[in-house]
Amino acid sequence: MGTTVVGRLAPPVRRRSRPWLALGLGLGALAVVVVLSIAVGASPTTPGQVWDALVAPTGAPSDVVVRELRLPRTLLGILVGAALGVAGVLMQGHTRNPLADPGLLGISGGAAFCVVLSTTVLGVTDVFGYVWFAFAGAALAALLVFTLGAASRGGPTPVTLALAGLAVSELLLALTSAMVLGEGPSLDAYRFWAAGALDDRGAALTLQVLPFVLLGLVLAIANVRALDVLALGEDSARGLGQDVTRARLVGLVAVTLLTGASVAVAGPIGFVGLVAPHVVRSLVGPAHGRLIPLAALVGAVLVLAADVVGRLVVRPAELAVGIVLGIVGAPFFVALIRRRMVKL
Amino acid sequence: MTGAARLSAQGVRVGYGDAVVVGGTDGLDLDVVDGTVTAVIGPNGCGKSTLLRTLARLLVPRHGHVLLDGRRLDAVPSREVATVLGVLPQDPTAPEGIRVADLVARGRHPHQRWFRQWSADDEAAVAEALAWTDMTGFAERTLDTLSGGQRQRVWISMALAQGTDVLLLDEPTTFLDLAHQVDVLELVGRLHRERGRTVVMVLHDLNLAARYAGRLVAMRDGEVAAVGTPHEVLTEDTVRDVFGLDARVVDDPVAGTPMVVPIGRHRPATGRTPVITGVTEDAPG
Amino acid sequence: MSAPVAGRRPLRAGPVSAVWRPRTAFVVLGGLALLVLVGAASVGRGEYPIALADVLRVLAGAGSRGETFVITQLRLPRVLCGVLVGAALGVAGAITQGVARNPLTSPDVLGVTDGAGVAALAVLVLAGTGGSAVGLLAAVGLPLAALVGGLLAAALVVGLAYRQGLDAFRFILVGLGISVALVSVTSWLLVLANVQQASLALIWLRGSLNARGWEHVVPVAVVLVIVLPIAIVLAFRLDALDLGDDAARGLGERVDRSRVQLLGLAVVLAASACAAAGPIRFVALVTPQVSLRLTGGSRPPLLASAVAGALLVVTGDLVARTVLGGEVPVGVVTVVLGAPYLLYLLVRRTRKDSA
Repeated sequence: MGTTVVGRLAPPVRRRSRPWLALGLGLGALAVVVVLSIAVGASPTTPGQVWDALVAPTGAPSDVVVRELRLPRTLLGILVGAALGVAGVLMQGHTRNPLADPGLLGISGGAAFCVVLSTTVLGVTDVFGYVWFAFAGAALAALLVFTLGAASRGGPTPVTLALAGLAVSELLLALTSAMVLGEGPSLDAYRFWAAGALDDRGAALTLQVLPFVLLGLVLAIANVRALDVLALGEDSARGLGQDVTRARLVGLVAVTLLTGASVAVAGPIGFVGLVAPHVVRSLVGPAHGRLIPLAALVGAVLVLAADVVGRLVVRPAELAVGIVLGIVGAPFFVALIRRRMVKL
Repeated sequence: MTGAARLSAQGVRVGYGDAVVVGGTDGLDLDVVDGTVTAVIGPNGCGKSTLLRTLARLLVPRHGHVLLDGRRLDAVPSREVATVLGVLPQDPTAPEGIRVADLVARGRHPHQRWFRQWSADDEAAVAEALAWTDMTGFAERTLDTLSGGQRQRVWISMALAQGTDVLLLDEPTTFLDLAHQVDVLELVGRLHRERGRTVVMVLHDLNLAARYAGRLVAMRDGEVAAVGTPHEVLTEDTVRDVFGLDARVVDDPVAGTPMVVPIGRHRPATGRTPVITGVTEDAPG
Repeated sequence: MSAPVAGRRPLRAGPVSAVWRPRTAFVVLGGLALLVLVGAASVGRGEYPIALADVLRVLAGAGSRGETFVITQLRLPRVLCGVLVGAALGVAGAITQGVARNPLTSPDVLGVTDGAGVAALAVLVLAGTGGSAVGLLAAVGLPLAALVGGLLAAALVVGLAYRQGLDAFRFILVGLGISVALVSVTSWLLVLANVQQASLALIWLRGSLNARGWEHVVPVAVVLVIVLPIAIVLAFRLDALDLGDDAARGLGERVDRSRVQLLGLAVVLAASACAAAGPIRFVALVTPQVSLRLTGGSRPPLLASAVAGALLVVTGDLVARTVLGGEVPVGVVTVVLGAPYLLYLLVRRTRKDSA
C-alpha cells in the first residue's frame, strides 16, 4: 500500500534537449522515406523513370504508377502519420499516462466500429459519408477513456487505461465481426480495411480528410499551454488558473478529429501514437510546444517507413502498414514496460 | 564463537546487485541465544532487516551460511524449516476479504497437505493462537474491518499458530501508535516468558528494545557493533558510535532498563533543570 | 480439548480433513443443477425441437432410437463441448487470478487466446487451400495448432514478464503488447485468405460451438480429467502464495516454482479450451470473480469457477442460437457480457484507489 506513485511518466532523465538537431534528423528521415515511398513498389521502376514521372510525365505506365498511385499514397502516409503522432501526444498528456495511444485505448476501435456500422448496415459508401461516423465512434470511445481518467484523483494507472481500452476494443470487435459475419462482400471489404493500409485510396480521398486533420492539428497546438500546465496535475493546473474542463474539451475534439480522420481513410493503425511521442520526448524533453510538431514529423516517418517495408518484405504482395506497425510496435511496447520506463 | 545456539549466522555476506549490505569486510557472525528475545537495532540502512531476512532464508547469503540446529539452512527443505522457524515480514499482505480465523489458519500451512487441510491439531493450534492474542471474538470478522493494532495481533497469532520454536519479526511495531506498539511488544514478551520461544525482532525504538529484549544486537554499516544485555549495549559511547547521536543514558523509571535521552540543541523553556543522572524523585517503586 | 474455531467447521475422515464451507458447496451443487437444466434445454433446441422431459429421458437411456441418435450424435457433443470448454476456462481463470493475486488477470491476458488464434488461422489459411485430404489435415491439425500456439504465446509472455518475481501489472501489459502483435498477424492472415476461408476464420476467431462433435469433446475431456486433479492439489499452495512472497517463503513454500507450475496448468487448460472451441473471451476473467462473490472467500474458488464457466458458455450459446438467431458465435455473447463487467471492475478499483 503506502504511497506508490502510479500512472506517471518515469522521472525525466536529465539530458540536453536538442530541438534543432531533432528537427533536422526528423526532416532528413522524412526526406529519405518519401523518396523510398515514391521509388519503391510492386512494379519495378528505375530512378530515371521516377524522375521523369515527377518532372516530365509522358503518360507512360511508370508515370501512372508514380503519379497516380505512389504520390498520393505517400501524401496520405504523411497525413495519417502526423495525425496519429499528435493524437498520441494529446492522449498521453491528457491522461498523464505514458501508454496512452489511440489504438490501444480503443479510440481507433470506436471509429472502426462506426465505419463498419455505416457501411454494412446503413449502406454509406463514400468517405464524406462515413468520416462522420468515424468521428462519432472516436469521440464516444475517447469520452469513455477521459471519463475513466477523471474518475480517479491521481489519474488512472497505465494498467487501468490499457485494460479499459482492451475491454472497449474487444467489445467493438465482437460487435463488428457479428455485423460482417455471413455478409460476403462486407466481410471482404472489412478484412482489407481492418488491416490498416494506405494503398488504393486515391488523391481525392486524401484531400477530403485533409481539412479535418488540419483542424485537429490547429486545436492540438492551441492545447499546448494547457497540456504543459496539466502535466503538473489537475489541482495544480486549476491553481495556476487553467480552465481544465475547456482544455480537456479541446483535447478531446482534437483527438477525435485526428484519429477519426485517419481511421476513416486508412483503417485502424496502431502504435504510431505510442511510439512517436516517446521517441520525441527522449530527444527534446516534455515541453508540448516541441513535442507536438516533432511527433507529427516522427509519426509521418514511422508510417511511411512501415509502408515501404510492407511493400518490400513479401514482394510481389504487400503487407499492410497497420500490420507492419503492429508487429514492430509490440516489441517497443514490451521494452518500455520491461525497462521500467513506465511505472506500473 | 559457535555455541549451542540453534540459529546462527556464520560469516554471512549479503547484498543486492553489486552492493554488499551486510558483512562487508569478512562476513558477519551471530549466535541467536535460545530462549531469549533479541532485538536488532541500528540506524536506517545499517542492514538490520537484511540480516533478519537472511536468518529467515528470505535472502540467500553470497558467502557464509546460516545454521539451524547444526544444519545449513539451504540444505534443509524449506517446509521443514517452516516447522521450526517462523517469520513475520515487515509488510505482510492479506488477500482482500479474508477472515481472521482463515488467515490465522494459514499459519498451519507447513503442517498441512492438500488432503489434510484442517486436522484436529490444526484446529487446536489455531484456537489457542487466537485465544492467546485475545482475538477469538474476532474470528469471523474480515481483516479489513480491524484496526492496525488488531491486524498486527492477527499476524502474530498466525505466526503463533505455525508453532515454531524460533520466531523472527521484522519491525513488528511500524505503522502502530505507541499504545499498540507496547501492546504488541507485551505479547512478544509473554511469548518468551510463558512459552520459552526464541524471538528475534528488528526494532527502531531503542527504549522499547531495551525494555522488551533480553539481548540487543547493535548494527552499523552492515556489521555487528555491539552485542549483549541492554545495559551492556546501550551505553552513551555505543549510542554515539552507532547512531552518531549524543545522548544521556538513564535508567528507565519504570523498569530500570537503560533509556536513551538525546541531548540535541533545542531546550524548551520549561524553567526546569534537566535531570542528568539517576532516577527522578517521583518515579514509582 | 480443542476448542472449535468459529466459522471453520471441520470435515474429517481418517487422515483426510478439510474445512466445511456450506456456501461453496451450495453454489457448486446449485450451479450443477442449473447446468443440467440449461444443458438439456440447449440439447432440445434445434431444427427439431425436443421437449425438456424427453431430453432428460433420452439422457437417462430411455428414448426412441431416432431421438437418441439426434441427441447423442448431433446435439449432445455441442453442449458437452461447451460445458468442458467453459469449465476449463473457469478453472484457468481462477488459477491465474489466484497466482497473480489480481482480479484483472486471465489467460487471455497471458496471450493464450491470441496465440491460439494465430496458429489456428495459419493452419486454416496456409494448409486449407487444397482438397479434402488437406481439409482433413485442417480438422485434426487446427486444434493441435491452436494448442501449440496458445502455449508458445503464453511462454513468450511469461518469459518476457517474469523478472525477479511476478508482477501482475507487468504481466497484463506485456501480454497486451504481445496480443497486439498477434492480432496484426491475424489480420494479415485474414487478408491472405480467400473469402470462404476468411469467413470460416472469423467465426472461429470469435469462439464458436457450431458443428462441434465428439472429436472436439474428447481432447478437452482428457485434459480436464488429467489437469483438474493436479490443479486441486497444487491450488493448496495458493494458501501460502496469497500472503506475498516473504510470508509464503516463511511458510516453507517454494514461491517461484509453485507459481510457474500453477500458471502452466492454467495455460494448458485455456489453450485446450481454445483448441476445441476457438477463443471464447472473457469467460476466464469473469467467472472466477462472480464465483468469488457468490462463495464469499478470499480467492476465486476452483470448482465453483469451473461450474460457473460451464454455465456461462452453455447459456451464452443457447442465447446466441435462440435470441440472436443464425450462427452468431457464443464468443460474441461472452464478450458483450464480459467487457462491460471488466469496465465495471476497473471503475470500482479506480474509485477505491482514489478514495
